[in-house]
Amino acid sequence: MRLLRLLLVITLALVAGPALALIETYEFSKPELEARYQQLSEELRCPKCQNQNIADSNAPIAQDLRRLLHQQLEQGASDAEIRNYMVARYGEFVRYRPRFGGATAILWLAPVLLLIAGIAVLLLTLRSRSTRTTVSGAAGLSAQEQERLRSLLERAEQDA
Amino acid sequence: MGPRLKLFLPLILFALLAITLFRGLGLDPSEMPSALIDRPLPPFSLPALGQAVALTEADMVGQPALLNVWATWCVSCRVEHPYLKQLAEQGIPIFGINYKDDDAAAQHWLDELGNPYRFNIADREGTLGLDLGVYGAPETYLLDAEGVVRYRHVGVVDEKVWRTILEPLYQQLKTRSDAP
Repeated sequence: MRLLRLLLVITLALVAGPALALIETYEFSKPELEARYQQLSEELRCPKCQNQNIADSNAPIAQDLRRLLHQQLEQGASDAEIRNYMVARYGEFVRYRPRFGGATAILWLAPVLLLIAGIAVLLLTLRSRSTRTTVSGAAGLSAQEQERLRSLLERAEQDA
Repeated sequence: MGPRLKLFLPLILFALLAITLFRGLGLDPSEMPSALIDRPLPPFSLPALGQAVALTEADMVGQPALLNVWATWCVSCRVEHPYLKQLAEQGIPIFGINYKDDDAAAQHWLDELGNPYRFNIADREGTLGLDLGVYGAPETYLLDAEGVVRYRHVGVVDEKVWRTILEPLYQQLKTRSDAP
């Protein structure tokens, strides 16, 4: 019983962490705005703590950006307008899904290029392996060579 | 590709990877270029700290200068403060943005520690900071004589940062603005 209670306490303590992290809540005039708020705050990166989006971060700058996001959504700004506003101030860096072009091209293209390179290497390896087996097989020898092989084997047997 | 060359392929790949990763060690991922580089300061009108006047971006035009974002709650700002005073004594114009701070606390700080700033912009709500793309004090912007942002340094400005990064750029801007 005591063990059970301890386990319960530990579980509750683990669950309580994220609940504490939620510091402010915003009221939205329309539920549709709230959905966009969730989506945008997950897509925008916190400039201070670079491996978190602004939804997850407790840094003061992330709080400011969340407040700003809420304001702009309520004022009727479109998603594109909000993204452009953030990029104009913090650079392409604030987006977890940067637009294609310039320095970000490599981010978008690298996975595709690596996949193509991988497939190319795989195909080349498979092909060279299959040609090698046909060449090294008995079929790869000419009639003359087969004759020589037989005589060599015979001589070896006689010597033994 | 010859079989001899193929043998060295893993070594070559390893060398390339090693060079890339080694370079990565020397880079500071938290340092990112400002989106404002080579663009004029965003327009603003904010009260001056301790004075009943409004300041705008036009008040910083005329000579190359440093624009320092600071606050009394910022520990690193206290660290760089003595060096900023040294720079001011050498005649380098420094403007301040008192970022998301309490006016009285900021005034007290300047009275106690000394004031290296030509003037301070009281950015109580952090609106100017937002337009500048400030993400944490201290930050220092290098402005040219036309008020265009030429460089942004995030973190403490000390002797090393000044000598190696800011001073060469500052001198370059100064000779350019003095020339015509």
